Amino acid sequence: MTNLKQTAKPVKPKTNWARNEEADNFAKTVKLFRQGWYDADSFRRFRLQHGAYGTRMTNDYAMVRIKLPAGEIYPHQFERLSQLSEQYSIGNAHFTTRESIQLHWVILEDVSEMLRSLAEVGMTSREACGNSVRNVMCSPMAGVCPDEKFDSTPYALATAKFFLRNPMSQNLPRKFKFTFTCCEKHGMARIVDVGLIPQTREVDGEIQRGFKIFLGGGLGNKSFVGHQLEEFTPEEDILYTSIAVVKLFDRLGDRTNLARNRMRYLVNEMGWEKFQNLVLKERAVVRATQSVITKLKVDTTPTEIKRPIRISDESGESSPDGYARWLKTNTLKQKQSDYYSVFITLEAGDITSNQLTALADFIREFSAEGKARTGFVQNVAIRFVHEDDLPRLYSKLLQVGLAKSGALTMTAPIGCSGTTSCNLALTNSHRLAKEIQRKFLELKLDEDDDLSDSTIKISGCPNSCGQHGIATIGFFGGGARHGKEMYANYQMSLGGRSDGETTLGEITLRVPAKRVISVILKIIDVFKENKKPDDTLKSWIHRIIAGNENSNIKSLNDLKKILEPLVAPPTKEDDPDFYLDYGSDTSYHTKTGKGECAA
Amino acid sequence: MCCLTQSIKITTDIDSLRSEIRDKSVRVIDVRRESDYKQDHIPSAVNLPLATLLSDDSPERVLKLVNSMGIDDETSVVVYDDTFGALASRVAWTLEYLGHSDVSLLETTYSNWKSLGLENDSQIPDIQNKEHSMNLKSDILATSDYLETAKTRDNVVLIDNRERLNFLEQHIPGAISLPYRTLASADKILRPKEDMKRLLDNRGVTADSEIITYCGSVGTLSGLAYYALKSVGLPNTKLYVRSFKEWKNLQKPTEKQEDASYWDLSAE
Repeated sequence: MTNLKQTAKPVKPKTNWARNEEADNFAKTVKLFRQGWYDADSFRRFRLQHGAYGTRMTNDYAMVRIKLPAGEIYPHQFERLSQLSEQYSIGNAHFTTRESIQLHWVILEDVSEMLRSLAEVGMTSREACGNSVRNVMCSPMAGVCPDEKFDSTPYALATAKFFLRNPMSQNLPRKFKFTFTCCEKHGMARIVDVGLIPQTREVDGEIQRGFKIFLGGGLGNKSFVGHQLEEFTPEEDILYTSIAVVKLFDRLGDRTNLARNRMRYLVNEMGWEKFQNLVLKERAVVRATQSVITKLKVDTTPTEIKRPIRISDESGESSPDGYARWLKTNTLKQKQSDYYSVFITLEAGDITSNQLTALADFIREFSAEGKARTGFVQNVAIRFVHEDDLPRLYSKLLQVGLAKSGALTMTAPIGCSGTTSCNLALTNSHRLAKEIQRKFLELKLDEDDDLSDSTIKISGCPNSCGQHGIATIGFFGGGARHGKEMYANYQMSLGGRSDGETTLGEITLRVPAKRVISVILKIIDVFKENKKPDDTLKSWIHRIIAGNENSNIKSLNDLKKILEPLVAPPTKEDDPDFYLDYGSDTSYHTKTGKGECAA
Repeated sequence: MCCLTQSIKITTDIDSLRSEIRDKSVRVIDVRRESDYKQDHIPSAVNLPLATLLSDDSPERVLKLVNSMGIDDETSVVVYDDTFGALASRVAWTLEYLGHSDVSLLETTYSNWKSLGLENDSQIPDIQNKEHSMNLKSDILATSDYLETAKTRDNVVLIDNRERLNFLEQHIPGAISLPYRTLASADKILRPKEDMKRLLDNRGVTADSEIITYCGSVGTLSGLAYYALKSVGLPNTKLYVRSFKEWKNLQKPTEKQEDASYWDLSAE
């Protein structure tokens, strides 16, 4: 076999998101704070604005959240993150649900060094936390999704560029989130402040681009589904609409009650119709008062697609073990013929420094677009991989422990950071997600077509960073007591979804941490006994919730009755392990610090 | 503290070493394993595997080793390894402790030397024994007893050079964490002085501090840190050479970051 490797020019990022002076400024401010020149509140505001979040039970460490607008990341940036994770963090990095990458347990005094180093490769953590416009997301399938009307990536990038460091978004009542998606199925547009789905219409024989815009959605202590602003928002109105909404929120949002000041509460309290009217009026004012025509600077230059390697076709090699399973559960066919998007299975978003370096190599070697995209579910995708190169990429992933199957199935649960680093966490949701994944992959549940469109999402407290509300099976953590003994406990909700029929899950049952796995397995058993031939777990649960099921399980209550015996706490003598949370060998107690509203 | 102002040479750059080798004005020590050394090494280098040194690093034994490598008080010595400078640092520090003043580290690793296409061979040089004096420089050594009393003083900074997760899990009370990976740059075993200075300055480590470094077991990672600190002109630096392993064996108090399951953030 001969490999003729074309040495393709490395793909350079189009945008430098960083500002060099911000690192020096951060270092100076930390010093002044330590010397007592800043009060804790002002300093926290400053720190969050620069993307450094607090850490569980300590003032010495920060978590640095690096935002990746539209989820785009380049090989040399992965290499830099690998280096930074070893120098200033724990030798690991973490992919979030909002397409950012976090480095945890960074000494506060080292954050400026990290910012300096990030700036060298054009990356920033600016406005990744705090009351600002957060990372502007875009579906990892945008540009390659067979169902999309057009690629929304350039619009997401232009929106990110417009709002980053914009005075308008420096002091909002609360954080503010934009998500662009590709199509209804890949979803996520109805659970953010502003969600956008590309669509087109024909006007006088010409195809016009626009979006469906959803406002006022969001997941949190109280979650809401977004409302569609109007039938069709033409592309030239996207920026006016965004400005109008941000301005309205800035003016009317609640600045006193921290727990109720996301825009979704404003929309809910005011009522959708009134809010919708205000947005449309405000947009007319914005449009009329701009001195020049303000449009998103959308760069629609097509990405250069150049297959970096060529492999002779006389391979005759047999595919490595597990390849078929991986191909089925980790790859999606793109709209571009012969090309696939490859999703990497991670454990609750965690990756080692060595694996980050390896990813950089694989992108250079296999991706015809020369970059990668972070995804919606604590993962990353290498796109534009030629069909013929998939077995080789799989072998390479195997060598670095990144070839686990199930990335696009229920066996890759989301777990927020939980008690591994978050001040608000009540349980170790992060570890629980990993335990579920390990068990379910061992049981080969990723290969079960009935389960593949379901999701499991876990938050360590009611605040929804783990997005439990939109999961088929969702959990949020809390503490419970049996006699004098405490144990980690989860509230389970069923039937959430984030596609065209976005619905929040229904609270069903409290499940102790150490019973979560057996309860999910029991749900699967009951489903298999009662399903109709074409059912998936997801469709079956939705039918139960809709009240249209005629099997033995007619309501969630019927299901609950079957599950209840599993969740009864044993005595400590009978099962001491029950009283320990995952990843802990000391007795469970809830302990929280001051929140900074995590994500 | 020394009162003479002399510029301290911490690392030797590649070009200088090559010309010193040509002039035969240097003794080069390769601290890699014997089998690696035998395959190839920098021309004229002698082999002192770190394990050989550590099997007995009493001053008397070290003196014998130094003599057998043909090093006397005036010999200029350069040490290298293939472990980002950590093993070389431990050997260099040992020579310095014995009283040898002219010892420095090759600025890069042997792998990098080779990848640059620089000369190497497998010849084992003929060495004539020399006589080195013994003049122990006790002010660069920290023992556990010394450390225990010193760390109560305000101007003493104790630096832990292990990885961050190990530090969080357990460390000597009062230590600050500076993982060994922060000491290097991409192609040099020590990062540029300005960078290192700024990092330490942010951490409040200044010239009037007395600094003690330690790591997991034998003083390699912290040996590298010892030289990183010296390179930016922090002269009052000591190595707790028996490090955390001894501290734990002596059942001295340790400290940990409580109430957080940070290990579960690790992907391994």
